[in-house]
Amino acid sequence: MTADVSEVPATRPVPSGEVLLRARDVVKHFPVGGRSLRGSARDVVHAVDGVSLDIRRGETVGLVGETGCGKSTLARCLTRLYDLTSGTVEFEGQDISTLSRRQMRPFRRNMQMIFQDPYGSLNPRRRVGSIIGEPFAVHGLADGADRKRQVQELMELVGLNPEHYNRFPAEFSGGQRQRIGVARALALRPKLIVCDEPVSALDVSIQAQIINLLSDLQSEFNLTYLFIAHDLSVVQQVSNRVVVMYLGAVAEVAPADPLYDTPRHPYTAALLSAAPIADPDQAEARERVVLIGDPPSPVSPPSGCRFHPRCPKAQPDCAVEIPQLLPRQGDGAEHVAACHHPLADGERLPTGGAVVATVVGPEAEPDRPVEPGAGSGEPSGPVTFEEQP
Amino acid sequence: MTQTGVAVVASEPGPAVPSVAPIAGRSPWRLAWERLRRDRVAMVSMVIIVIIFLLAILAPLVASFTGHDPDAQFRKTGLTPDGLPRGPSGEFWLGTDDLGRDLFVRIIYGARISLLVGVVATVITIVVGVLVGLAAGYYGGIIDILLARAVDVVLSLPFILFAVSLVSITGPSLWIAIVVIALFSWASVARIVRGQVLSIREKEYVEAARSLGSSDARIMLLDVLPNVLAPVIVYTTLLIPIVIGTEATLSFLGLGVPPPTPTWGGILSDSTAFYRVAWWYVVFPGTALLITTLSFNLFGDGVRDAFDPRADRL
Repeated sequence: MTADVSEVPATRPVPSGEVLLRARDVVKHFPVGGRSLRGSARDVVHAVDGVSLDIRRGETVGLVGETGCGKSTLARCLTRLYDLTSGTVEFEGQDISTLSRRQMRPFRRNMQMIFQDPYGSLNPRRRVGSIIGEPFAVHGLADGADRKRQVQELMELVGLNPEHYNRFPAEFSGGQRQRIGVARALALRPKLIVCDEPVSALDVSIQAQIINLLSDLQSEFNLTYLFIAHDLSVVQQVSNRVVVMYLGAVAEVAPADPLYDTPRHPYTAALLSAAPIADPDQAEARERVVLIGDPPSPVSPPSGCRFHPRCPKAQPDCAVEIPQLLPRQGDGAEHVAACHHPLADGERLPTGGAVVATVVGPEAEPDRPVEPGAGSGEPSGPVTFEEQP
Repeated sequence: MTQTGVAVVASEPGPAVPSVAPIAGRSPWRLAWERLRRDRVAMVSMVIIVIIFLLAILAPLVASFTGHDPDAQFRKTGLTPDGLPRGPSGEFWLGTDDLGRDLFVRIIYGARISLLVGVVATVITIVVGVLVGLAAGYYGGIIDILLARAVDVVLSLPFILFAVSLVSITGPSLWIAIVVIALFSWASVARIVRGQVLSIREKEYVEAARSLGSSDARIMLLDVLPNVLAPVIVYTTLLIPIVIGTEATLSFLGLGVPPPTPTWGGILSDSTAFYRVAWWYVVFPGTALLITTLSFNLFGDGVRDAFDPRADRL
């Protein structure tokens, strides 16, 4: 994928550097339920279903999507906390997708994670010094006084009082605990840090502190982030590029600003319209696209485009053919969407009752794929759109 | 440390002044101990347990005050002319048994056996149970299935029948008693630990340790074990009285430590023929057993409350 950023007036330019982490067709299925006595095939949850992704050195890639869409699973596949069902992950050109845990150890120094829950991610029975010093201990890098000195430097770096070296996690606030998690991730000076919703469990004021901290550390240590969140405003603020996931697959990838200005995938547009706006006047003027129904079960994802049962623009072909991630509506190579009927510039999704809600499983007949939902009355023919004011 | 202002990170706690003495945190263990110290029932129980331990350890010294050996039979002074046990007196503080032996001395010597079996069998039980539970819960899969089935099998074996048949092969002894008790107790510990590990295993800090590259052994030892230890300690303090009672049962049935070694269960067994004429023969060893198990149980309750202050009392 070549960089084509000339038309993109992004506030955070897209670095065109080398690819640090390359994922191709990553698939992760989880078996559900017990084995049946007759040994018939078990159902699987299609948590991640064929995701390809490049993360370039020095950039921040935002990963958004609603709860349960496979963001965290994807992150754990990329860092090889989970074994992949299929697909490949390359880190600095080396295929790590089939390495054993022992073989992964040298790579662990270069890819670290920051976790969502500042309470769950720190062992309550270990002192902070021991938690932050654990990476040194695991990799046999520093001992005794040297380790303590390095740990205290890290604590200072992330804005903690080094004197609290001997305290326990329970004696810190949520924001401070997240700083401990950041310090631990930073200890080995990794190249890539996967932040799994690092601020979603924090107060808004603390969120800003942690985001500023991450941003300062990025410029200081030339870090690359994969930043997972469901808060779109946070992602827009920190990301160079944003990946939108829906039900285990990538719906759209774009530099942050184009994604927010001209979303191509109807799911992205719906997601954006659901994000809270601080200005009440703007918020009132905006029309919300309310998607009907819950995401379909990842055990049996819909055929064709996974979004089609909830998509207000769904056409018969959406249920048949899986859309490819391609530039749409004349976008550059940096802006790709997996949609047969992408939104044009300024086009808006029909709101409210016009949304066709259907439940079409994989067993649906291809020639009659989209059925109007009860009460919507609107057949799946052409849908009229309001012009944006 | 305040968390005000949204602005910048560096402004928040400020660079550290070189510390004179690092601020020590209070560990969860210490917090539990401080809660336990405020629990009067538990503290009184603990004092009684300590006294029982001291009496057992110093049994020869205590016996020397009375001048009576535990196995010495005082046929002239210790028995009535009819050959029956004598009641409590200045010479025999808690009376004598049917062979004219000093019941007090035999009871404190019996405490040695009860506590030895109680502690050793409990330690073996806990070590085996924790190892099995850790492995089953942490690794899951086929290891879990095999170990969980083993636990089910052990828990469904008829304990007394098994003990009788085993002792009939080997003959009664102290170590057989310990092995039999441990063999039948580890399974419930394993079950408790496995359940705890299953929940701890999913914690993000275990995932964090994995993402750092920690080995399984290191994660189990440093991250999982300390977090399952609290319920294990609680169970241990509640297991000791059960084991002491079980040992007494085995000795009562003649499956424990063979005579003439004094054990509480053995004394109670001998007393059954004489309780109509010698109440002290059954009451005092029975009371010793009761006080010991009750103290451990009350102490165990206190420990449980101290480790988990929110838990409802049973």
